[in-house]
Amino acid sequence: MMKETPAIAGLDNLSVLVGGKAGAGIDRSGTILGKLLNRLGYRTFIYRDYPSIIRGGHTFSIIRAAKDRIVAHRDEVDIILALDRETFVHHQHRLKKEGICLCDAREKTALPDPRAFGIPLSEILREEKAPAVMTNTCMIGAFAKATGIDFPPLEKILRQELRKEPELNIKVAKRGYDAVNEVLTIQPLPREVLPLITGNEAIALGLVRGGLDAYLSYPMTPTTPILHYLAGVSREFGLDVLHLENEISVILTALGYAYAGKKAAVGTSGGGFCLMTEGLSLAGMAELPILVVLGQRTGPSTGLPTYSAQSDLLFALHAGQDEFPRFLVAPGDAEEAYYWSALGLRISWEFQIPALILSDKNLGESFFNFDRKLVEDPEAPDLLPAGENNKPGAGAGQDLPYRRYKLTGTGVSPLAFPPLAGGVIKVNSYEHDEAGITTEDPRQTTVMQEKRLRKAEYLARALEAVKTVNTYEGEDHGAHAHQTALLCWGSNKGPCFEVGRRLGLKVIQPVVLNPFPTRQFQQALAGVEKLITVENNATAQLGRLIRNYGFQANGKILKTDGRAFSIEELEKKVKEAMA
Amino acid sequence: MTAYNFETSTPNTWCPGCGNFPLLNAVKAVLQEPGEGETPTPPENLVLVAGIGCHGKIVDYLNINSFYSIHGRVLPVATGIKLANPDLEVIGFAGDGDAYGEGLEHLIYAAKRNIDITVIIHNNRVYSLTTGQFSPTSPLGFPGRSTPAGSPEPPLNPLELLLASGATFLARGFSSQPEQMKQIIREAINHRGFALVDILQVCVTFFNLHQYYAERVYTVEDHDPADYFQALNKIREWDYGASPSGTSPGGASPGKANPGGEEKERIPLGILYKKEAPTFVRRLSPAGGGNREEAKRESGTAAKERQALIEKILAGSK
Repeated sequence: MMKETPAIAGLDNLSVLVGGKAGAGIDRSGTILGKLLNRLGYRTFIYRDYPSIIRGGHTFSIIRAAKDRIVAHRDEVDIILALDRETFVHHQHRLKKEGICLCDAREKTALPDPRAFGIPLSEILREEKAPAVMTNTCMIGAFAKATGIDFPPLEKILRQELRKEPELNIKVAKRGYDAVNEVLTIQPLPREVLPLITGNEAIALGLVRGGLDAYLSYPMTPTTPILHYLAGVSREFGLDVLHLENEISVILTALGYAYAGKKAAVGTSGGGFCLMTEGLSLAGMAELPILVVLGQRTGPSTGLPTYSAQSDLLFALHAGQDEFPRFLVAPGDAEEAYYWSALGLRISWEFQIPALILSDKNLGESFFNFDRKLVEDPEAPDLLPAGENNKPGAGAGQDLPYRRYKLTGTGVSPLAFPPLAGGVIKVNSYEHDEAGITTEDPRQTTVMQEKRLRKAEYLARALEAVKTVNTYEGEDHGAHAHQTALLCWGSNKGPCFEVGRRLGLKVIQPVVLNPFPTRQFQQALAGVEKLITVENNATAQLGRLIRNYGFQANGKILKTDGRAFSIEELEKKVKEAMA
Repeated sequence: MTAYNFETSTPNTWCPGCGNFPLLNAVKAVLQEPGEGETPTPPENLVLVAGIGCHGKIVDYLNINSFYSIHGRVLPVATGIKLANPDLEVIGFAGDGDAYGEGLEHLIYAAKRNIDITVIIHNNRVYSLTTGQFSPTSPLGFPGRSTPAGSPEPPLNPLELLLASGATFLARGFSSQPEQMKQIIREAINHRGFALVDILQVCVTFFNLHQYYAERVYTVEDHDPADYFQALNKIREWDYGASPSGTSPGGASPGKANPGGEEKERIPLGILYKKEAPTFVRRLSPAGGGNREEAKRESGTAAKERQALIEKILAGSK
């Protein structure tokens, strides 16, 4: 999907960690700091780490800004903004020797480290009669001054981001600003500023771009923000956004929408997806389009609700009883999330099959730059063969009596919606004949199963014309470098592409995982002798998947602690795997 | 103009004498012959939704738009269809196992939301398609195949539960009284809001209560269905066989004469509750436009406007 492989960060970059107790506005601070650096022309990425707790517990964000495109975080940071003592204690090992930590002057005595600088945060708040939650605003003001950023651009962002008491917030920020000296200068880069959005926002906007009519969900991390986001813009876009009683209702109600001709999507995580599987199988049998956003998190069961994983790949591939075609895609960044959500919805409707967007907490909740120029038109690829009059709604022009499951060459029947004058539209969870009436006839059963599976063949053919496997060639670091390739999927794209670049390795990222893009994957493997799969699960699920198609990974780097790979960590493990 | 043909050629596989036959005929009659002074709903605007169980076959027997859903999931599908296109007349069919068991949560929520659909429950008080186990409305002590020593659970009174959940139309019919069934179903369909009709449908194979009902049912008179407490009292008049010492056929074989010679309980039929309230569709579309109208715009125009709006949002996310 990418028009060109974007350049990945050079060494010239800055990492800022902001941390404190849950409820202290850490997340919001991360967004403000990210936007501040982003507007200076830096390419920005925000990694968010928070516990499943509303108050208390340690929360932090790492904001990384660089001249070149980045989509991963580094362990090492240049600046720590410690809203409590714990933040410094937890993260001091990350702080560069020449780095600085800003903390409350009250805490300074407890932090004898020469890199820690006390700022009279609590004193300022007391003098301004500001609530404790504004400590972060004061800290951000101090950060701006310390890094040589002018106050007016910060004030503008604060006004946009802080709806409650903007004047007092700005006053407090200015006091923080005036309380410190400039210690380093972040030079603005005179170039185009890119949007900074979360993967979840990219998915939501992509769905809207794809023609979404309704989004239904039951709140579950990490896809809840899609529900919140779409609920917020539902009026502008003319969407129905519903929070229903449970995930079973969510998917079944969505199928009701689909039957009536409205494009519906649902969002959940593994636990909710367990409840949705009967509905998924129904969609397969009744040939009803549905798009499911499955945001993976650490499990099994409730697991670590606010942390990430890539452990539902095989589940997503096989969920639901018996066999039916499905489209499964795992975007790796915001542009891919947008493009594939839009195209995924189209695929679901043109082939009348379930489409699954496999996301995870790191993709959904991290902030990415969104470069419009990298995104192709999701309406451009022709999916169904020319002359096949079976695009959604085409059934209305068919001869009567209308047959909902009419046999065709591609397996895709002309789709019509009620009311259809003179026609009757019957969909069925039982095996059925072309008219949608229940059957147990052995021949009919075979014919209809073949019809449904034929759609998968044509989908695989259609996807040949779309870039479904991304490769990054890396710079030539010597004759042997490209013989080793990192294999990754989903949110590991960011760290793998950056480490691949640093080490001169090839990187292969299949974006579409079902139908598996065998030919494009084969091409990507040309010249590769050692393939190392990098995954956030315990058993290398992608490694196992490619074996079904005759490919073999001969090394694996796995991580199951819920956290994203940092550049340093992955680089170390790759070097070990290559040794 | 020839009359619309409501029949399909699908062979009917209900047991001879099944209470589903008169129910099917009542539904067909209501859809075919509009009530006095009513304009008939064009057949293409009707959508039937069924679950899984003997009841579900009804959609194969009617030449009308239908969604043959899965067990317990009639309500969410019907809700989705109605929300997607409020001009459609959506009628759900479900069994007692389906709606009161597997999918009970959806039923409560449909009532709570007052979604403008009609649900007809084929309440035979036994699982028949799975060959005779106790259901949510089987009497206490019912000797089903999974509970040979008798069902250990008292039944639900579904109408009482739904009244408490916010349903705005509740009625009970009996499969052996077709005229009354027709009248109730017609009124349920005409009702604006969530309407549920509990039909005491006789299963001749696994729980034949024909005679039992015939001796006990009566049609409510001098009853004000708009009065919540009158409705509650009527609904509680019969408990579906919850009390072990009662005269319901729990424990005893359903065919046996009433044990103990106690006074027979009475089973009220008719419209037990009816109230006007804003529907879910109304609440989602506040007066003065909003989502629904906009969503119905020409998709081409909408796509262009959407794109422009997306670009605006992206530009504002820097």
